Amino acid sequence: MKFDTPAGANPIDRTAVVGRPHDRIDGPLKTTGTAPYAYEHHAEVRNPACGYILGSAIGKGRIGAMDLAEAKTAPGVLAIVTAQDAGKLGKGKFNTAKLLGGPDIDHYHQAIAVVVAETFEQARAAAALIRVDYIRAKGRFDLAEELKTAPLTGNSNGGAPPKEARVGDFEQAFAAAPVTLDATYTTPDQSHMMMEPFASLAAWHGDELTVWTSNQMIDWGRTDLAITLGIPKEKIRFLSPYVGGGFGGKLFLRADAVMAALGARAAKRPVKVAMPRPLMANNSTHRPATVQRIRIGATREGTITAIAHESGSGDLPGGRPETAVNQSKLLYAGANRLTAMRLAVLDLPEGNAMRAPGEAPGMMALEIAIDEMAERLGMDPIAFRVKNDTQVDPEKPERPFSERNLVRCLREGADRFGWARRDPRPGQVRDGRWLIGMGMAAAFRNSSLVPSGARVRLGRDGILVVETDMTDIGTGSYTIIGQTAAEMLGLPLNKVQVRLADSRFPVSAGSGGQFGAASSTSGVYAACLKLREAVAQRLGFNTTDAVFEGGTVKSGNRSADLADATRAGDLTGEDKVEPGDLEKKYQISTFGAHFVEVGVDAYTGVMRVRRMLAVCDAGRILNPKTARSQVIGAMTMGVGGALMEELAVDKRFGFFVNHDLASYEVPVHLDIPHQEVLFLDGTDDKASPMKAKGVGELGLCGVGAAVANAVYNATGVRVRDYPVTLEKHLDRLPGAA
Amino acid sequence: MRAFTYERADSARDAAARAASTPGAKFIAGGTNLLDLMKLEIETPRHLIDVNGLGFDRIEKTGDGGLRIGALVRNTDLAADMRVRKDYGVLSRALLAGASGQLRNKATTAGNLLQRTRCPYFYDTNQPCNKRKPGSGCAAIGGYSRQLAVIGSSESCIATHPSDMAVALRALDATVETVNAAGQARAIPIADFHRLPGDTPHIETALAPGEFITGVTLPKPIGGRHYYEKVRDRASYAFALVSVAAVIHKDGTGRVALGGVAHKPWRVEAAETAMPEGARAVSARLLAGARPTHDNAFKVPLAERALAAVMMQARTA
Amino acid sequence: MADLPELDISRRGMLGGGTATVVIAASPVAAAQDKEPMQADPPAPIPLSFEVNGEKRDLTLDSRTTLLDALREHLHLTGTKKGCDHGQCGACTVLVDGVRINSCLTLAVMHQGDRITTIEGLGTPDRLHPMQAAFVQHDGYQCGYCTPGQICSAVAVLDEIGRGVPSYVAADLTERPRMTDIEMRERMSGNICRCGAYSNIAEAMAQVAGERA
Repeated sequence: MKFDTPAGANPIDRTAVVGRPHDRIDGPLKTTGTAPYAYEHHAEVRNPACGYILGSAIGKGRIGAMDLAEAKTAPGVLAIVTAQDAGKLGKGKFNTAKLLGGPDIDHYHQAIAVVVAETFEQARAAAALIRVDYIRAKGRFDLAEELKTAPLTGNSNGGAPPKEARVGDFEQAFAAAPVTLDATYTTPDQSHMMMEPFASLAAWHGDELTVWTSNQMIDWGRTDLAITLGIPKEKIRFLSPYVGGGFGGKLFLRADAVMAALGARAAKRPVKVAMPRPLMANNSTHRPATVQRIRIGATREGTITAIAHESGSGDLPGGRPETAVNQSKLLYAGANRLTAMRLAVLDLPEGNAMRAPGEAPGMMALEIAIDEMAERLGMDPIAFRVKNDTQVDPEKPERPFSERNLVRCLREGADRFGWARRDPRPGQVRDGRWLIGMGMAAAFRNSSLVPSGARVRLGRDGILVVETDMTDIGTGSYTIIGQTAAEMLGLPLNKVQVRLADSRFPVSAGSGGQFGAASSTSGVYAACLKLREAVAQRLGFNTTDAVFEGGTVKSGNRSADLADATRAGDLTGEDKVEPGDLEKKYQISTFGAHFVEVGVDAYTGVMRVRRMLAVCDAGRILNPKTARSQVIGAMTMGVGGALMEELAVDKRFGFFVNHDLASYEVPVHLDIPHQEVLFLDGTDDKASPMKAKGVGELGLCGVGAAVANAVYNATGVRVRDYPVTLEKHLDRLPGAA
Repeated sequence: MRAFTYERADSARDAAARAASTPGAKFIAGGTNLLDLMKLEIETPRHLIDVNGLGFDRIEKTGDGGLRIGALVRNTDLAADMRVRKDYGVLSRALLAGASGQLRNKATTAGNLLQRTRCPYFYDTNQPCNKRKPGSGCAAIGGYSRQLAVIGSSESCIATHPSDMAVALRALDATVETVNAAGQARAIPIADFHRLPGDTPHIETALAPGEFITGVTLPKPIGGRHYYEKVRDRASYAFALVSVAAVIHKDGTGRVALGGVAHKPWRVEAAETAMPEGARAVSARLLAGARPTHDNAFKVPLAERALAAVMMQARTA
Repeated sequence: MADLPELDISRRGMLGGGTATVVIAASPVAAAQDKEPMQADPPAPIPLSFEVNGEKRDLTLDSRTTLLDALREHLHLTGTKKGCDHGQCGACTVLVDGVRINSCLTLAVMHQGDRITTIEGLGTPDRLHPMQAAFVQHDGYQCGYCTPGQICSAVAVLDEIGRGVPSYVAADLTERPRMTDIEMRERMSGNICRCGAYSNIAEAMAQVAGERA
């Protein structure tokens, strides 16, 4: 179905199943360890061999020679594959760097070999016996240095000019503004650090390849694996029924899948490969660091008259910018505007999407700037945001937001959080050793509907089976897809069986860009409409007024059991949702407000979050329980980004130094207090047939700034470089005594 | 991980003798650090001697009113021992500040002392490191050094010792007891147990090859209030940026040792005479001659402030 | 770029996973180390028997096999997860003789005669352990990968508090710990959840603790 007009009344509005806080239907499997992840398909493949990846020891240069002799004769070794003997390999369209390096090395820990052996222990030991002679080349590893000469760039697609987005005359308006801010903020490289490493199990049958892997996007991964291996896509079956976290790190084909496939071909046996944790940060993608300059000019009354946001980031040759200026085009009003990005070439590992790419680091900067501006104006930061709210796209005022309840989020959040108790003067509130501060930030992330297909089959056993290649990376896809199908056919949730993430199923949106939930359920909705037609037809009912409810179908004064329709055989419906041009006519976004209270140790400068609240406006919430989990998880990641997460760059050798889970710190239980989430009631009929949008990334956008603003409120020391670690304010803290 | 042979030892003396006579042999007890390093081939023993069956798992009173802690007492059990909690609170708190519950359940007293540095360059076998590969250079100098040493370091190495427990033991003047292959026992004061890096950073302790730690002795309790203040970005399950182990008496006198600042637990007894004068005076003496890097210069004032926090607690307790 | 010529390893060869084999400018110590050959004959596998989830299991294993890999690769008990293999995440948490440990940092051969409980031994999809049921009810997980470790740890944490084992957040070390939120959060901190389900896990644990109390 083409979604080109706002959704009217539809069966989802009944919300007998959708919109309810159902427990995850995959919960009993996940909590008992019986859900099989990529490396665990023992039932399907008996006794696979094990592959171990060797990563490059240099960041830039080439391999002079590789000596495999000793490794080849090591106990248990079945095969070793390097670029020399892998045959001609392509590069996936979503990959910036090659997944098998050599002789040229593009980045540190780029895979240069896979060793296949009978056991994991043997493969790991043999990999260490490969002798490599490297010729190191000078690389570009210092973002600040490279940005000095980096050119302006277009959008994230590497795209076309104009490279600057301008409205009015920013420079003139800024110069004329009585109150101004001109500040530079930095965000560091960050690592996804999902708990399940990249892992794949590959098995060849003749020229056909089956890969169980851990990937967010089945069709992208399958397509790029076909390109990389130079085989027809149809020859590959690609599956990810359970994915142990992704956060954007598993959007694309990665080395594990390629190495497993190459290793299996060479060893003539199924091979499984998991990326060793210490390789993950440099081998794969990361969220690129940014340097962001924000200038805001306002009237004394607090009306923004000029706003500019310029961001610089870096990536490998052919890479893309971190689009950190996105939200600044849309979040606040202002007659004179400028956004621009610069992209430096760096020889560090590949920069790419991590949860809320663009907005996550962009909001970290913008929402501190707004806090700073409010302070200069002597205004409450909420009042300043409310004053500059807009209901239309500020760059194209003829284009309204489909739904925008930012002001409600801010106000309801302020009430709930006790914002009125905040002392706007920083450094005033003490609790023993602790300096106490409150901060807030707006949350903002765009929403989009992407094509997504599904197939539904109503069986004679009364079970409704849903098949789509959609993934569940912890997002709750299994459950909300089940809820959608149940709602559409008037069945209880336990009559629905959801099968996901197999390339034999219809191509879906996949999990990314917070489009997955709304798009994939809309695809299921579309397929269910087809199935309802088939049911009505078989029952001889009028399709248009048939009501599916409680296992029965009613039309006019006629009624039949749903089971009557399948007596003569299973019924199937298949369709996909495709976006029309509603996103051109309307700006479709999600909104929210984050509130944070922190304590800062007056002695050591240590920061701990004490309370957190998020208020979200994201259309219909398909399952308040799983959606809430998405938001609290994002808030947790936001705390990490605010206070600890940073890939440390060694600018001499060109690599991320802290490349494991001990040295790249992410929040632990004790870092996170009870978290509260409020969803505004509402639907967005222009967003999707489900009238739903996404929340998984919204929950992250703004958290970092809310934490940073709370720290400032506690200390009076403004830190503009993330993460906000204690040494950045230690020498300026209010007296400890 | 390189292949190795494995045996379970029957006695400490035999274990020591086997270790001394078998090339590439190492003891394994908790294994939480050794196996971590073996997986990366930073440690490459060819023979492992499992000492878990040897006993040494008791905490007993000594004749002079102190405690003898068996080498194989698990960190959890040591921290939970009521005598330790009452009389050596700094030790209990230091242990509980370290690692995670799971790791403390495995990690032993001796193994904790023998932990190797968490310097990220030591952990990355592609990088030069004089500790891992003598003579190869130190990539940490001039590199990312936020976690690393500010005092007692050398041109060869700026690594820190990661143990929390050892910092408390240093404050308590503990003694490390060992037996060697010949069956000779000796007692090594904790102050002499860990070494500064000098130009041999790969030699980290006073132990001779094959020498086996049998236990750690604590002198009789010294009273006072016990503190272990561990400063870290993450609230738990993280190594210290700086830690302060302190025992402070009512009159303001006491003892202080620092973690996270040097290649060994850092204590300067002469600095403690300044304790009644306050943290600044103590810190100035304790960290005199500190040579921090650009990344970790903050550790010097941070140590002083952490000590000030502890002293404030002692005053107001 | 820092001027550190002594660190310039651009013309040196390197051993893949490990120490550099030095083609040029080798130091004698390094060269000697690097030439140490792999043992020609691999050590013989070692027989081992232990009890897993109430069942006696006999295995013959490479000495290098961790308890984690013994469970996952040899017994196909894949509920215990490998998140980091270095004791940095807690996904591999199991109970050995009732005590929680990281199964990645212990050799299987060191567990002769031990009694091991994994997530599969706590409950099944049809018969959930109360902690498993509480995780489902409170949505104490998302992707599910750290979940078995979280649940094993949670069960052990309630036991540890019950047994009076102290924690870092104790105000008074000599007092018995109580089942408070902060006690549970500190003790659970060795189990990382990147999906960020901590707040829900705390609620699941509080519920089970309340039922037990």
